[in-house]
Amino acid sequence: MTTEKTTPTFALLDPVRSAAISRRQALTGGGMMLAFLAFGRRKAHAAGEEPSLRAIGDGTIDTGDAFRGFAPGGFIRIGTDGAIQIIAPNVEMGQGIYTAEAMLIAEELEVGLDQVTVLAAPPNEELYRQPILQSQTTGGSTSIRGAFVPLRQAGAAARMMLIKAAAERLQVAAETLRAERGRVIDPASGRSLAYGEIVEDASRQPVPQDVPLKPKAEWRLIGTPAHRVESGSKVNGTAVFGIDVKVDGMKVATVMASPTRGGTLKSVDDSQARAVPGVVDVVRLENAVAVVGDHYFAALTGLKALQVEWDPGENAALDTATLFADLKTASETGTPILGRREGDPEAAMAGAARTVEAVYELPFLAHAALEPINTTIHVTDEGCDIWVGTQVPTAAQKVAAARLGMAPEKVRLHNHLLGGGFGRRLVADSIEQAALIGKQLRYPVKIVWSREEDITQDLYRPAYYDRISAGLDEAGRPVAFMDRITGGSVLGAYLPDGLPEGTIDSDAIEGAADTPYAFPNLLVDWVRKDPPLPVTWWRGVGPTHNVFVVESFMDELAAAAGEDPVDYRMALLKEKPRAAAALRLAATRANWGESLPPGTGRGVSLHGAFGSFVAAVVEVAVGDDGAIRLNRVVAAVDCGHVINPDTVKAQVEGGLIFGLSAALYNGISFQNGAVEQTNFDTYTQMRINETPPIEVHLIESEEDPGGIGETGTVSAAPALVNAVFAATGRRIRKLPLGEVDLTERDTRAPVTRGKVPA
Amino acid sequence: MKFDLKINGTARQVDVPEDMPLLWVLRDVVGLTGTKFGCGIAQCGACTVHLDGEAIRSCVTPIGTVGSAEITTIEAVGGSPEGEKIQNAWLDLEVVQCGYCQSGQIMQATALLRATPKPTDADIDDAMAGNICRCGTYPRIRAAIKSAAEA
Repeated sequence: MTTEKTTPTFALLDPVRSAAISRRQALTGGGMMLAFLAFGRRKAHAAGEEPSLRAIGDGTIDTGDAFRGFAPGGFIRIGTDGAIQIIAPNVEMGQGIYTAEAMLIAEELEVGLDQVTVLAAPPNEELYRQPILQSQTTGGSTSIRGAFVPLRQAGAAARMMLIKAAAERLQVAAETLRAERGRVIDPASGRSLAYGEIVEDASRQPVPQDVPLKPKAEWRLIGTPAHRVESGSKVNGTAVFGIDVKVDGMKVATVMASPTRGGTLKSVDDSQARAVPGVVDVVRLENAVAVVGDHYFAALTGLKALQVEWDPGENAALDTATLFADLKTASETGTPILGRREGDPEAAMAGAARTVEAVYELPFLAHAALEPINTTIHVTDEGCDIWVGTQVPTAAQKVAAARLGMAPEKVRLHNHLLGGGFGRRLVADSIEQAALIGKQLRYPVKIVWSREEDITQDLYRPAYYDRISAGLDEAGRPVAFMDRITGGSVLGAYLPDGLPEGTIDSDAIEGAADTPYAFPNLLVDWVRKDPPLPVTWWRGVGPTHNVFVVESFMDELAAAAGEDPVDYRMALLKEKPRAAAALRLAATRANWGESLPPGTGRGVSLHGAFGSFVAAVVEVAVGDDGAIRLNRVVAAVDCGHVINPDTVKAQVEGGLIFGLSAALYNGISFQNGAVEQTNFDTYTQMRINETPPIEVHLIESEEDPGGIGETGTVSAAPALVNAVFAATGRRIRKLPLGEVDLTERDTRAPVTRGKVPA
Repeated sequence: MKFDLKINGTARQVDVPEDMPLLWVLRDVVGLTGTKFGCGIAQCGACTVHLDGEAIRSCVTPIGTVGSAEITTIEAVGGSPEGEKIQNAWLDLEVVQCGYCQSGQIMQATALLRATPKPTDADIDDAMAGNICRCGTYPRIRAAIKSAAEA
């Protein structure tokens, strides 16, 4: 048989329902989704790829021509030998998506996770376009939300075709057969056929148009803790990340770009570099220089031996103080763009019994994924091969093709495991750079950035300067809520055509315009002040920034009202039962209200980002020396239907640590145009000895799945600063916390009450 | 310069500069890519391997200083009883996320278990604080080391 006639499952199966899901979820989502809706549609048309299994031509996957068996769409391939391959539409960067997506398919295909091999999808918008983001992209905590229905449908359709084929072979009615662990069974006669025996017949079956899915009561995989499909390879060193790729004849390069953004290469004296044993080539780009060697050590030694002069460009004098001063000026004098208005906030503020105002400042942040940025590339007259780990395989393919002057289909991109993404690998800047380097060489080259290059040439989470205020009534309840956000546009930086001036960036306000609380009068707006630096998505995107500000401020309001922080929030959640339940559970499990020793305190945060509800309680002790010790973290999570509960817990644990680490230590600063942090000695990360016990409690839910990968990160910083307030009376309004001297205390005891709210 | 190395029980000769870090000899010359590059300055622990059973940072260990020491990497650590216990505990408790730091974590944890068969929380903190995990798997690393110690 051939596989040419098979049809892509995402596109075929119940497109009406899938579209309805994407519209609904897009409406409830924020900047990330809207970004991709705009971006993806354009890309899908530009990709121009055949919806054929020929596209699965990665080195690790048989080509379409070589494959013999049953391949109903892009996600499932069953060989005549019975081997079952699942091609995951989303990339694996630690979030457990290979396992969760395999579970969705295996649930309906009636196979065990132990019977499948999961492979990375090649770039192909037709086959692997993510239904919510509308592009082949992994980000925004959207993967499961998009895959929940279509991947189960893919598995069910394949199973129905296999059963139909078996029914013809056994000459019985299909309805009398059932499938189990990769076999079709005839209970009446006891006969059975392995999937591998009937793949060719199954391939000739029409693809069913009506594909009923199992009810929850019949799920045997979904909702049960599953071991990750790839963890074995990650504990014995056999997992292949992008940086581990080996290609015959490959050399290794490392690169240095202008230390000031926008700077250009003025001159290079490479005579000493070329004298370094093992150095092969020196490659000049407009804004960077690369040294190629037999191995990384030769390349790095060569790079250090270069005599380079830069033209620093317009950012020569850039420094942090000026960047924040510019944000403050923009906040006070700039023209705000409306995010959301409810009621009459100005009048309500004017008529309030009292008002509370605060300014919050957040720093630029680097991603610092542990796998440094790298790309392996081989450019030939016929085309180009790229081996990399990227969150955006088609965008990477396209940008490389543009730089190489080739059609995108000439660029064969082989995607790999990602040693951390966190948003950094949503941008293909390093792959574009690799194309420019590879274009000048006639052999395959692996380009590996040093850690210093990885941190100083990152695209940062932008800094923010937010002025937030509330009007309270006599009882201390908020009658008016205003949040004036000021910062750069991540969406504008990401969209190929930018975001027009005067247009709201939904990412800039996500988490502020859509809090779980009932504010009768509300105004959230944004002053756009783009920094003269590239910025991009960072784990938790808009909500990581806005929920920190809003949830810190909610604590300020509770204190102003003389109320317990949990009680104060709970009173505003009467219309949000899922949020209230999460808050109640976290507070209960964290022993909220029980007394603590002096210098110790609990802080809470609550949000409803990414379609999930998460409440977190952090308990800290602040020593007389001002040192913060994290004693305990408790989180309660309602993310709708859970696919793999163990992964959900792991993601929230890790997400919390990611956020706590940044809140405690991280801020990218600039001096004379250059980034001051260069490696993990200056861009400090939380370590095991600083990590408290973390409990994650899942709430049983019948709702559609919410996102999970970024939720813990969003919860972390506000719960931490609120805990520091409870411990010390000091309200921290500028991150990172590590820059604040906490030896000074405010002796007025924060208000806490003695029991958990009902 | 030529160096005769013993890597995972196998004799290997390499011809490299004597100041070349062991990390790059393993990854780019010998082709053992399980050992990871994270920082290059002994700040993250991703490059941890064993020299005669002791955990060291291969990114700052010049090949000229290795001498006749037995080099063990993640590819072979499962051959020792402690390494096998650690790997099994890592799998049982699903420690890994992105997995990039885990070669180094496992090498460090194996050395800890060999030196201290029943480590306390303080022992774990002391031994493991040099290994960064950006995914935040620390609570599970702690639990897995304890589980391995009981195995």
